[in-house]
Amino acid sequence: MNAATLEEKVWRRFTPAQRLARFAVYLGLVTAIVVSIQTIEVIPEFLLDAPEQMADLLRRMWPVAFSYYPKGVHEALIETLHIATLGTIISVVIAFPIGLAAAHNIVPNRLLNHIARLLLVSSRSVNSLVWALLFVAVFGPGALAGTLAIAFRSVGFVGKLVGEAVEEANRGTIEALEASGAPWLSALTFGYWPQIQPAFWSVVLFRWDINVRESAVLGLVGAGGIGMALDTAMNLFQWDRVAMVLLAIFTVVIVAEIVVTAIRQRIL
Amino acid sequence: MSADVARVAFPADWRVRAGWLALAAYIVYATSLLEFTYARFMVGLGNGARFIARMLPPNFERWETLLKGLTESVEIAILASALGIVISLPIGLLAARNLMPPWVTWPTRLLIALCRSFHPVIVAIVFVKAIGFGALSGIAALTVASIGFAGKLFAEAIEEISLKQVEAVRATGASFMNVIFYGVLPQVFGRFLGFSTYQLDSNLRNSTMVGIVGAGGIGGALFAAFQRFDYDFVCAMLLSIILLIFAGEIIANKVRAIFVERTRVDEE
Repeated sequence: MNAATLEEKVWRRFTPAQRLARFAVYLGLVTAIVVSIQTIEVIPEFLLDAPEQMADLLRRMWPVAFSYYPKGVHEALIETLHIATLGTIISVVIAFPIGLAAAHNIVPNRLLNHIARLLLVSSRSVNSLVWALLFVAVFGPGALAGTLAIAFRSVGFVGKLVGEAVEEANRGTIEALEASGAPWLSALTFGYWPQIQPAFWSVVLFRWDINVRESAVLGLVGAGGIGMALDTAMNLFQWDRVAMVLLAIFTVVIVAEIVVTAIRQRIL
Repeated sequence: MSADVARVAFPADWRVRAGWLALAAYIVYATSLLEFTYARFMVGLGNGARFIARMLPPNFERWETLLKGLTESVEIAILASALGIVISLPIGLLAARNLMPPWVTWPTRLLIALCRSFHPVIVAIVFVKAIGFGALSGIAALTVASIGFAGKLFAEAIEEISLKQVEAVRATGASFMNVIFYGVLPQVFGRFLGFSTYQLDSNLRNSTMVGIVGAGGIGGALFAAFQRFDYDFVCAMLLSIILLIFAGEIIANKVRAIFVERTRVDEE
């Protein structure tokens, strides 16, 4: 290679195709934002008195009605925690077989893999509030609808991550077990399970944390838990009680996060 | 260990067994508390069958309402993501403990925790009261949610950067802003982009829901149709929402693929 051709070359980080693709993304982004700003319906009068309304809202929320906690909030809060926990447990029970069926090293059948993946994706793409609406229509209002909503929404999440963990499992242990004549179920419990266990607990804890947050809103559509107390207080314009409910939700969510972080640090 | 003692390959762990027993006890206790009964379940199955029969076939007659709601949801998601990410950048920087003193990071972290602990729908309720019904409340609520998630992830990404480059830039006598722009941001750009596409995806999901409390988007029409037992229209809307979310996920993956090369930079 001679010196002349070297000098002509300009070093560029990306190929022209890469640069074009990036430019397209930027252009698309800016267009989307501009079009959205221009077409979205905003009522300027509402925006103008927003600070005033916000101040009014805060004034009505203060002082927080702590006396309302024992009779109106505590029970609903416990119900919310049960919905989140039981929902997570049910989702694990449903998600485990589906997640295994989605892993091609457990079920070497393309068609079954795809069906399992489709089930997981459809579970994930329906919001838990929509699941709650559906289950309220089927089972009537109450915690049962909420628990099932949480469970069905979580199946996709838990199943996908369990399936991925199984697919990443090391073959060595499993081959050793199979060579010793271990049946299929033993290979699963003594070969795969110890390997995916850390990932599994981490996924379950993470999902439980999310579920505590999600189960707090389900009551808005009648699916039980603290959302019901929130809805009632709001419909009656009792903003000091609303503040109490919000404070309770905030505390539980923060405590749940701290607990999950502490457990994860100990077991992982 | 003496040789004549028979070794069991996988000895039973009594602590694990006690754990399973406790889990079973909890399930029994919680199901009784939430009034799950077999009779209710069977009634529900009958209701479910009738419910599905009424949902089919989906009714796309009022496609104009549907399209209007979907468009508004997309617009809410785009604007909330843009706004949320722009605000999250400085907030993430302020919350990074390796760049800022504790008296800056603590209040910022508290703000992020506050934004994250409430479900977007609950935040939307507060904004509907303050700003009034409509898309603006939805944008505000999802912006808050974006700050909660993107802000936290940005802060964590910044805390994991290599300080060598920062020191090198600082050693040249660069100002604080220059250290940020040339020492910090290039290291985290790829991951920021990943988080941002993830946030857009998540906002798209939630923007179809905030309408339940009157904050714009297709959620309002969905909830109204549910209450009118207009289940075939509900089915049409649910199908459209799922399609929209799929499309959003595909676009987000494409965008990530275009920029993925850059994420390798910060993996050393």
